[in-house]
Amino acid sequence: MPEPDLTPASDTNNVPVDAATPGVATAAALLDPGPEPELDSAAKRKKLLVTGAPMLVVGLGLAVFGATTPLLITIAKVLLLVAGLLLAISGLGKVAEGIRGRSVDVVFILGMAWLVFLLAVAALAPLLPLGNHNDATEGLYAPAFAEPDLGSEYPLGTNVNGLDILARTIYGARTSLIVAVFAILIGTVVGGTIGMVSGFLRGGTDWVVGILTNALLAVPPLVLLVALGTVLEPNLRNIALALSLLTIPSMVRIARANTITFAQREFVLAAQAIGATRMRLLRKELLPNVVLPIASLAVVMVSMLIVAEASLSFLGLGIKPPEPTWGNMIAEGEGGRMEEHPFIVIVPGICLFLTVFSFNLLGEKVQKRWDPRSAKL
Amino acid sequence: MTITSKNPILVVDNVRTVFHTPRGDVRAVDGVSFSLKPGETLGLVGESGSGKSVLGRTVMGLISNDARTTVTGKVTLDGVDVHGVKRKERRKLWGTRVAMVFQDPMTSLNPVKRIGTHITEALRYHLDLDRKTAEERAVDLLTQVGIPEPKRRMTQYPHEMSGGMRQRVVIAMALACDPKVLIADEPTTALDVTVQKQILDLIGSLTTERDMATVLVSHDLGAIAGRTDRVQVMYAGRTAEQGLTSEVFAAPAHPYTDALLASIPQIENAPHSILRAIEGNPPDMANPPSGCRFAPRCGYADATCTSVLPILEPTPGTGRSVACHHPLLAGAVREGSEAAHGR
Amino acid sequence: MLRQFVMRVLELLAVLLLVSFGVSWILSRTPGGDPAIAVLGEGRAPEEYEALREEMGLNDPFLTRYFDWLGGILHGDFGMSLTPPVMPVWDRLWAAIPVSLELAGLGLLLALVFSVPLAMWAAYNEGGRIDRTIGAMTFGLLSIPSFLAGLILISVAVNSLGWFPRTGWVRITDDFLGNLSHVFLPALTIALMELAMFTRILRNDLVTTLHEDYILAARAKGMPPVRIMFSDALRPSSFSLVTILGLSIGRLVGSTVIVEYLFALPGMGGLIVQAANQKNLPMVQGAVLLVATIYVITSALIDLSYGYLDPRTRRARA
Repeated sequence: MPEPDLTPASDTNNVPVDAATPGVATAAALLDPGPEPELDSAAKRKKLLVTGAPMLVVGLGLAVFGATTPLLITIAKVLLLVAGLLLAISGLGKVAEGIRGRSVDVVFILGMAWLVFLLAVAALAPLLPLGNHNDATEGLYAPAFAEPDLGSEYPLGTNVNGLDILARTIYGARTSLIVAVFAILIGTVVGGTIGMVSGFLRGGTDWVVGILTNALLAVPPLVLLVALGTVLEPNLRNIALALSLLTIPSMVRIARANTITFAQREFVLAAQAIGATRMRLLRKELLPNVVLPIASLAVVMVSMLIVAEASLSFLGLGIKPPEPTWGNMIAEGEGGRMEEHPFIVIVPGICLFLTVFSFNLLGEKVQKRWDPRSAKL
Repeated sequence: MTITSKNPILVVDNVRTVFHTPRGDVRAVDGVSFSLKPGETLGLVGESGSGKSVLGRTVMGLISNDARTTVTGKVTLDGVDVHGVKRKERRKLWGTRVAMVFQDPMTSLNPVKRIGTHITEALRYHLDLDRKTAEERAVDLLTQVGIPEPKRRMTQYPHEMSGGMRQRVVIAMALACDPKVLIADEPTTALDVTVQKQILDLIGSLTTERDMATVLVSHDLGAIAGRTDRVQVMYAGRTAEQGLTSEVFAAPAHPYTDALLASIPQIENAPHSILRAIEGNPPDMANPPSGCRFAPRCGYADATCTSVLPILEPTPGTGRSVACHHPLLAGAVREGSEAAHGR
Repeated sequence: MLRQFVMRVLELLAVLLLVSFGVSWILSRTPGGDPAIAVLGEGRAPEEYEALREEMGLNDPFLTRYFDWLGGILHGDFGMSLTPPVMPVWDRLWAAIPVSLELAGLGLLLALVFSVPLAMWAAYNEGGRIDRTIGAMTFGLLSIPSFLAGLILISVAVNSLGWFPRTGWVRITDDFLGNLSHVFLPALTIALMELAMFTRILRNDLVTTLHEDYILAARAKGMPPVRIMFSDALRPSSFSLVTILGLSIGRLVGSTVIVEYLFALPGMGGLIVQAANQKNLPMVQGAVLLVATIYVITSALIDLSYGYLDPRTRRARA
């Protein structure tokens, strides 16, 4: 007899209820009441639209009010802004569900929209009509700390050197993304290869690789970066290389573990039995299988690398001004400037948060699909 | 198993348990009633999915009204309306007035907790005993359930004991605060056959000694046959028939009971005789068929059976009830049921 | 058991040796400035720089310098700091360790104290609004880089509310309350990210545990939910927390570095960053080795404790 299916409404965070016996379902009912019992379809959708639309409108209203009004102090404004945005997103979710008929992951969609937007803008930066982002001499002729004014020449204001913040934010995005992507690529290729070879050959090679990996992991990531930052000239190439060092040990581990698992499977034995060379085994049998967990780790690590690069720049050891990166833009707020001209920190700060958040969302989804074993960690 | 003339301590009145799932409402228990006096043992019999486990938990109150479940009808346990009171009040019953023994003793015990703690924590929480007294009581309980060297066992962990031993501990845990009602949900299914008898015997003797009202839930007719005063046969969430165990097993009135009894392999049967299984499958409880739920599998079903739901009706002159449009004639003995009666 | 232990220790030593070698080699390729100039300042005669370089051994081959340094380390001599205050590296490190330990320890403590109840609350409410809200909040928190979180906290607690000082440090032995007021905000900054991670992991583990039969049996015994949460659910779930603790130490060290820099605390992290900016190589070398050593030892200890906590594995080993 089919057992009652008591899986709660879908949520990325949930462990599915094992409905093997009704008693076990009761353990889940140890808790407070779960989601509402299902109304019939049309009534439910109508209800969602009716509650969702006003939430969306009110939320947006609150957010705009919080952002622009000169009436309240900063904290209250920020809270209002955040509350308004959350309300609006909730409302949007309900509206979307009402229209679509199934629950819609609005946050994920918004996050991906942000990423697409960011990537497009960063890629097209040289073509866009942006202000001066890094020419210090030219900046001398521009007003310093101009207030953000969406219609004017400096839509998001200028910094201490008269450089346009909007332009700097976009070029900063460019830098962060380029560095992160390169570092990931290097790390994936190098780490993945070493891991696969090590897992495949075992024995002496494996032992050496193990010691080296442990050595690399023995130094906490940021400390390693700082040490490297002491001696390396802070250009894009070096920073990308340094960051890739952070990714290599994890990549090696995952590639190695997966290779070992797959190498024991029979399809590899079968290929060996018909005379495949080791190289061919690696390329044709193992690689396609190991690629997925590696790729999913790569996506998860992107956000970590962006944070690492920003932190390094914030500490003054990464990209140096006047070249912009979100980290060093935020660092400009030091020494009391943040209080008087909050926007020089707020703009890159928000962009950084949104980007990391969105990449985290992406990483979580990707891991669930391609590498469910490590997903919960 | 003496049946006294005291008042019933457990009254289950037309209980329905409905689970609200994304696939629709599942009526796991669909109108069941019975009552139980102290010292009596009731057997709840049925195949997997008949609703007997859900009924057991509903009676206790572990399953009750929340956003995903609706329970209707009334369960009166030692004077308390189990589903009428608030959650906190309901919880006060558990362990003190009613207790449950679960199927798998390995998973019912917390693997990182010592045996002694399992028992003493209930004692100390409900009866407010100090540590020493609680430990002494616990040792005493372990002795009562037949565990040798109880003092040594107190500090052991569940994985250090055998299955039968663990189930004894579970029983001790359940009885620690002297509940008046015990619900044993398939207590022996996860155990070896030889151990099964011991555990059932234990439950039986404890029921008598403590004058408890015991509900024994099982799909194993053999477990039910010799050890219960009365039996309630369940099918698809409803009662098929109920009555004194000896009478029901000797002369089943419902075709389902008859088929169950007939399907038990008999040692007296000729070698290579064909096992008589009941054809078909139990119904989908999200969409039960109209009419009698057993009709699709019943050899005696006719048009009335498939369209009208039979009601549980007492058979005049006996203490039995049956829910069937064409109950088997009283007194007619079916092949196979004699041997079941003799067990 | 003993053999295993010895092997482990040897492995650790090999790793540390490798780390020190690697770091020293990297640092020896310094294009980032001549240390002699960094010490003497600009504008001196070339002979003076050359003399200093000779004295500092900068002209010797790398391996010689490495083994000299290593030999020194084993005697507790980490060399002299290149930049003022010119004192033994070890002394400065030694003075900085308590600050970092206090900061990291407090941060970890705050994170644990808040994450356990939050995770319990979320697990108890599995699938419900509370659970999803906590999940969203923690997800947001772990997307905020620690320097950003620090800046936000500063802008709220220091600038707007004036509750805490912006920078500086008071030794705990001198003034307990003063120390607390200086360490609290930095520790909170560190705690936020760790809190998010811990809550998520613990919540998932608790949810799994709560579905176990013994939880149902405990309910049937009449034990109250909060009690069940603490006495039955928490212990089995805590193993994953210990594992995560081990994995998070690396992240913790990184956060400590950033936070010490942001709040100008005289800890190891701030020391390293400052030394890096000033190209103070001996300091960086010594600090990295020390940090790596502490990190490696702590990870090993956590590994060992894991075996102790779970009685099932304890028995298997015995």
